[in-house]
Order: sequence, then structure tokens, then C-alpha cells
Amino acid sequence: MDKPVNNRAWFLVLPVLVLVAFSAVIPLMTVVNYSVQDTFGNNQFFWNGLGWFQEVLESDRIHAALGRQLLFSAIILAIEIPLGIFIALNMPKRGFWASLVLVLMALPLLIPWNVVGTIWQVFGRVDIGLLGHTLAALGVDYNYVNDPLDAWATIIVMDVWHWTSLVALLCYAGLQSIPDAYYQAARIDQASRWGVFRFIELPKMSGVLLIAVLLRFMDSFMIYTEPFVVTGGGPGNATTFLSIDLVKMAIGQFDLGPAAAFSLIYFLVILLISWVFYTVMTAQRDLP
Amino acid sequence: MTRRASLGSAVVMTLYLLFLLVPIYWLVNMSLKTNAEITGTFSLWPQNPTLRNFRVILTDPSWYMGYVNSLIYVVMNTALSLAVALPAAYAFSRYRFLGDKHLFFWLLTNRMAPPAVFALPFFQLYSAVGLFDTHIAVALAHCLFNVPLAVWILEGFMSGVPREIDETAYIDGYSFPRFFTRIFMPLIASGIGVAAFFCFMFSWVELLLSRTLTSVNAKPIAATMTRTVSASGLDWGVLAAAGVLTILPGALVIWFVRNYIAKGFALGRV
Repeated sequence: MDKPVNNRAWFLVLPVLVLVAFSAVIPLMTVVNYSVQDTFGNNQFFWNGLGWFQEVLESDRIHAALGRQLLFSAIILAIEIPLGIFIALNMPKRGFWASLVLVLMALPLLIPWNVVGTIWQVFGRVDIGLLGHTLAALGVDYNYVNDPLDAWATIIVMDVWHWTSLVALLCYAGLQSIPDAYYQAARIDQASRWGVFRFIELPKMSGVLLIAVLLRFMDSFMIYTEPFVVTGGGPGNATTFLSIDLVKMAIGQFDLGPAAAFSLIYFLVILLISWVFYTVMTAQRDLP
Repeated sequence: MTRRASLGSAVVMTLYLLFLLVPIYWLVNMSLKTNAEITGTFSLWPQNPTLRNFRVILTDPSWYMGYVNSLIYVVMNTALSLAVALPAAYAFSRYRFLGDKHLFFWLLTNRMAPPAVFALPFFQLYSAVGLFDTHIAVALAHCLFNVPLAVWILEGFMSGVPREIDETAYIDGYSFPRFFTRIFMPLIASGIGVAAFFCFMFSWVELLLSRTLTSVNAKPIAATMTRTVSASGLDWGVLAAAGVLTILPGALVIWFVRNYIAKGFALGRV
């Protein structure tokens, strides 16, 4: 059924437009403004053209941060999406246990991000943390402060702990919307468990999976607080992701021009990759 | 489902929930210990349980005002986001208009904007208009990612309501505002619940913007924690107690909306 054309609907969108213009467009224009200017201080600015963009695009440090960021997001998606689907398939369907499991699973999602960082920072410490202490007792040489590999492992396990539930809850909602008749038909056809998953459950979840993949990609690509609290970007630069680098530049060193150019490129990279995910996944869904 | 399969599910869920709860348990465990016990001995549960850490927080205004500030701007943000998102979502779900698809996509791109990009310009903008260090500044800043999300979620729920209902109501002589508040909003109550839940969640957990935009009067609890960690890095007990207290509001909210969440997730497109 086609929606009627009605341009007066713009009046309904107007409040959103004004609000978002205030909280997104004006700040973004400030960033654009900084990105093409240089300053000697005293609020004296002069035109610098694309100089900052060139500097950022040629910076080895930012290339390295981008590489780490891409690797991190890839690992996160590769772990959390399949694990989330698997958990959703195993969740109780109804009754008291379903409510309890839902509430417990949603718990990590509602913990402020720096507290998430604090929890894992403490949990992983060899002297006072359960995880660090247990690993040390088992003879594993684990130290996330000095060893880059351990720092990465800690941050990845932390993110899996933090966000897998979101993927699982979304998939669970998708599964709940499948009518029982589908399963009965599958049983009559003597479909295997894999067949049920591949031809009934997965297609029915594709809508929520798209949202899950996009949300997890965007948020893992913007991650700041949790690794900042746990490792502070170290050891060395091993866990300095794009946002940590950017905040260091913009607020730590007040390099406004390069930071602004960096911001715009960062934003464009996220938009581009999200658009690719969106296009590829909706194209697959629309296939017969 | 066969008995073996449901047993397998139970094992999987038990393991997963253990994985989720053990780190939280460790924080709770630490919050009930004295600092001497935390650093001196290693024990799986408190040997001499004490409420001293919680007492420190609940008797010191510089601590507990952090919770009050956080709750104020989170509630303001949730109300604001829903108020502007509801009519917009209705427009997107019911009508086609000039530039609707572009507008919708542009809104969503704001959800993709890294807060780190906006931290500095927000700071300058809100300082310039005299809103720095107020609750409304943080509430407005969080609209950046909450409004697009709320529009997105609500639009999904609204599209699930047949349009005949709108048309019948208009024929019956309902004006748009009366129809919207009396008939339409109750129909999508679970959708509003889910959207409110997500707005609350993302505003409550965010730190980078709320810390940048506040200094004293509207300082959120999460920022109070970071400052205290760096200033007296060894008071693990109080740090843990503050962490436990930040988990509580979230846990309460989930408990109240749990039935909505299960139903709401399933009904809507989200």
C-alpha cells in the first residue's frame, strides 16, 4: 500500500530538524571551519586549504590507529554476531525463566561505560582481580599493562561481555516473531536442525541482524571510554584506537586544525563502511 | 524440543550468564570489603563485610549529587527525545514528502557520528550560548544520538499499526492532536517503552560528552568516579561501591520494563 504524498508532514518533522540542526549541524560546521584554517593563537585564523587533510592522510600514526581500529571492529563482529545468534537460539522462550534471563542479560548494557572499564581493569589485575589472579595461579603469564597481546585480549573479552547481549536480544526478538506453524511445517518435512536454522530462522532474523551488525560496527568503531579506562591506549600505542587518538589531539594538545580534518575523515570512513554493510545486507535480503 | 536439546540450552545459558555475572559479582564483592582486605588478602567473598564504602558515598554530597545530576539529564533527554521523535516518526511512517528518504538517512548518520568528533565543538557551542555546566546542555548533546534512534524505533512500531485506524478516527471527527494522544499513542505504548528504554540506556552510559560539558553543577556520577580514581588511586573499596551504585538504576529500569522489552522487541521491527 502506497503512502499518500503530503508535504505538510514537514511540520511534524520540524522539531527534530531544529533540534538536530542545533546539536549536529552547527558543531559539524565548526569542525569544517577549523579543518581548513590555521591559527597563530589569539583567535587569528587564516586559510590553510586542504593542508590539514593532507597531513592527516599521510600521517603514519593515524594510519596505524586506523589499522588497529579496523582489526578491532572485524574481530568484534566476527565474535559477537555468531555468538549472539547462538545465545538467542538457546534462550528460554517464555515464562519466569525467560524474564529472568532477559533482565540478567540486559544488565551489562546499562552499566556506564567507564564503570565497565573499571570492572575489567580490576577483574584483570593480577594482585586483586579474580581473572588475573586465577590466570597467574594457573601459571599463565598474563599482564594487560605491559603485554600488547594481553591488553588486546582483555579489551576484546570486555567488549564481548559488554555487547553480545544486545545482539542476542535483537535476534531473540526476531525469533519470537516466527509463527509456530513454520516449525510444524519443518517437522512434517523432517527438516534437520541446520535446515530449520538456515531456511526459517536466519531469513526471519535478517532484519534485526542488519540492525545488530550496523549498531555493533558503529559503536565498536567509535569505542573510547572502555579501552581508555582499562589501558589508556597502551602499552605504547597498542590499543590507541581512533577516538582515543582524536581526543588526545583535540583536547589534550589542542591541535584544532589537524583534529578537525581527522574528525571529518573519521566520520566519512564510518559512513562509508556503514553504507556498504547496509547495501550488501539489504541486497541479500531482497534476493528471492 | 527434545529433552537433550533443552538440557544443552540450559548448559549454554548457564555458562553465558556466569560469564556475564562473575565480573559484576567481583565488583560487588570488593565494594563490601575494607581496602586492607582488598589489597592484603585474596578471598572469594568478604571476610569482614562492611558497609563503610557505601556510607562514604551516601553521606558526601560531592558523591551522591553525581547520581542526582546524571538522573536529571537522563530523564530530560529521554523526555525531549521522545517528544520530538514521536511526530517525526509518525510523518515518516504515514506520509511521503519532499526529501523524506534523504532526511531519514541524514538523521541516521548522526547516530554514526563519533562523540569524540563532537566533544570540542559542543564545548565551544554550549560555552558560547551560556549553557555550559547545566543539565540541559548534556540532555541536548545526547539528543545527537538518541533522537535518530528513537525516530528509527518508533517508525518501525508505527508502521505496524494499520492506517485504516487513522482514517476512521479522522472521519469520526478527531483532530490530529487528539487522535494522536488519545488513540495512537496507547496503540504503540510498548514501542514508546522500548524507545524510552534505549534513550535512557544510551544517555546513562555515555561519559565522554557528559564529562566534557560539565564541571561542577551538573557533573555526572561517572565523571566523579574518574576524578576520584586519579586523585586517590588506591581507594578501591569506594570506587567499587560507586560502580555498584551506578548499576542499580539500570537494573531497576530493566526490571520494570522487562515484559515490555520482550513483547516490544518482538512486535516492532527492532
